[in-house]
Amino acid sequence: MKETQTIQNKAKTTETTERISGSEAVIKCLLAEGVDILYGYPGGAIMPVYDELYKYQDKIHHVLSRHEQGAAHAAQGYARISGKVGVAMATSGPGATNLITGIADAQIDSTPLVCITGQVGSHLLGSDAFQETDIVGISTPVTKWNIQVTKASQIPEAFAKAFYIAKSGRPGPVLIDITKDAQFEEFDFKYEKCKGVRSYNPVPETDENSLKAAAELINNAKKPLVVWGQGVILGKAEEEFKAVIEKAGLPSAWTILGASAIPTSHPLNVGMVGMHGNYAPNVLTNECDVLIAIGMRFDDRVTGNLETYAKQAKIVHFEIDPAEVDKNVQTDVAVLGDAKASLKSLLPLLNENSHNDWHQKFKDLYTIEFEKVIKNDLHPTKEGLTMGEVLNEINLQTKGEAAIVSDVGQHQMIACRYAEFNKTKSNITSGGLGTMGFALPAAIGAKMAAPDREVVMIAGDGGYQMNIQELGTIFQQKVPVKIVVLNNEFLGMVRQWQQLFFDKRYASTEMVNPDFVAIAKGYHIEAQKISNRKDLKAAVKEMIDCEGPYFLEVRVEKEDNVFPMIPTGASVSDIRLE
Amino acid sequence: MSTENIQYTVSIYTENNIGLLNRISAIFQRRHINIESLNTSPSEIDGVSRFTIVVNITESQMKKIQGQIEKQVEVIKAFYHTEEEIIYQESCIFKMRSNLLFDERQIQNIIKESNARIVTVNRDFFVIEKSGRKEEIDLLHRELTVFGIMQFTRSGRIAVTKDEMKISTMLKALQH
Repeated sequence: MKETQTIQNKAKTTETTERISGSEAVIKCLLAEGVDILYGYPGGAIMPVYDELYKYQDKIHHVLSRHEQGAAHAAQGYARISGKVGVAMATSGPGATNLITGIADAQIDSTPLVCITGQVGSHLLGSDAFQETDIVGISTPVTKWNIQVTKASQIPEAFAKAFYIAKSGRPGPVLIDITKDAQFEEFDFKYEKCKGVRSYNPVPETDENSLKAAAELINNAKKPLVVWGQGVILGKAEEEFKAVIEKAGLPSAWTILGASAIPTSHPLNVGMVGMHGNYAPNVLTNECDVLIAIGMRFDDRVTGNLETYAKQAKIVHFEIDPAEVDKNVQTDVAVLGDAKASLKSLLPLLNENSHNDWHQKFKDLYTIEFEKVIKNDLHPTKEGLTMGEVLNEINLQTKGEAAIVSDVGQHQMIACRYAEFNKTKSNITSGGLGTMGFALPAAIGAKMAAPDREVVMIAGDGGYQMNIQELGTIFQQKVPVKIVVLNNEFLGMVRQWQQLFFDKRYASTEMVNPDFVAIAKGYHIEAQKISNRKDLKAAVKEMIDCEGPYFLEVRVEKEDNVFPMIPTGASVSDIRLE
Repeated sequence: MSTENIQYTVSIYTENNIGLLNRISAIFQRRHINIESLNTSPSEIDGVSRFTIVVNITESQMKKIQGQIEKQVEVIKAFYHTEEEIIYQESCIFKMRSNLLFDERQIQNIIKESNARIVTVNRDFFVIEKSGRKEEIDLLHRELTVFGIMQFTRSGRIAVTKDEMKISTMLKALQH
């Protein structure tokens, strides 16, 4: 009996293990996790893995970026639009350090990434070997988890944990550093997906009493205000969220990363909160009686001065990450857990309501904002083109179906304020880290993950040039992204601050730019530049109609400012319209 | 919540992993908080490590840091306690010239009264070891300084709580 069992066990082992190299194991792990595309750049310490990629190129598509930062942002764009884990790979030393900005961006914006870096041979670790850098040490503060692998046999478990940790709970980036000898070493490969890590509780249990307390506050509120964030999108809770706000008649505002969870045109959508957000939700934050935060983290760009933020209101916070509760704003009721499950359980506890008088206040304040700001942004009468009217034209011609990938700065605020979103996961931008250079590579990843969607990248002339080399990737991979550069020949947001707070001393913000159209054409990308309003409609049409990638430069007014604006340190209700 | 700095002893139960020390100390570093003392050791559970960290911060800071520590994948649980809630020890070692033992008779009294212990004596030097609370060690240090100390070092704090930690049951479950 015992003997038979041993034989059976042996048979089982041979069935599921095979003797392969560490580098082949890397590919097999990726395939087991459903990865069919990854972004990266080869180099000495990761060459064995690239050699295996060559053999597996029919199963897994490697996209060669032009800089490792581009690979990291492309993987982010891929993850943000698809909800899947993005994968980026680089060699040791400079390859690895070049990933760091993308990793830090993914960490602060909760984007699931698995980054793979090659490392010098384990016998050289710590010896200042060629292209050696302590990437595990460097990436520690900006990763959800990281690990160095020095033996091939550690590879399967490292990958299984990495994917599990990256996508579970509050998602984030992880990094696996693999020494070159571990890539060459042969071992008996067997892959088992990770089902849990004993020290890690990705989704805290939702306490029923806190749900009831939250429902009671919402039901008794006379002037409730919802502020939702990316948690609704990451938690795939868009439907549950809509049901909750519709039943209770809750005016709802979004953070920059929460945008597009419900359509822009939804009657309960009252706009964006924060520094350049809409007038009504910012002002009324300091008038509401219950503030319901859902999957957001009260970032300082959202709250302005915390001493004067919603002090009159009871605060309810739906949140998956316990460390976010009471971090910036003291809550009255915290509902821990996954947004989808919590909101689903909340729905039956809520009374139907409409809050018509309260809604009217949002409409009244919108009218003021429209007259003072929006009208002039979208339908300007002055000569120079505005960023807002370009967005308006893109909205019209894409019917709000496009995913907008924006960079960082004035154009980003304009894009987030005015882009129309009919579909979730449509606003891809660097929110927390504010990484200039994010948009172009992120748009590549987004378009490759969602080839059926129109992906329009919008950048300023500054940020565009921070990763302009990725035009090479677009050309080589034939990625049909639409590239819009709103060129004001300035680092516009910094210039705006210099104008308002530094007495118009424009230190190092004026840009002398190259011929962007010629550069795009150098990469065989169709391109045009416009400077007049009369050409806008036709130019956007030509761009949208183009089957391949397209570059459109729009020369906009040089010294326009973005309003409304909450100056740093001011209260949300002191938001300025001019 | 009080804005006064309080001395907290933080106890962190973790997986035993390379790099976790870096991850935990980075959380204090980010907020520009000085770590007064740090000790890592095995815990009562097989394969589970215990960090003991002493810091002087406000309760509000402490709560936020506790959350950020527990958020680390390989941290099982983090607790913080005030002086009154724990039993703690620190230890220290003094190296001194051997002739003092014979020339300065009160050194022997100081050693006896402070409950210190002579670890070793040879022709040139002798070594005193003392475990106790911070103030006791400070006092002994002051008393011995006048005779000239060749070398002195003290350890990080180690502590157990007076009350049972809620983690006990959770850790028991992990033992299986």
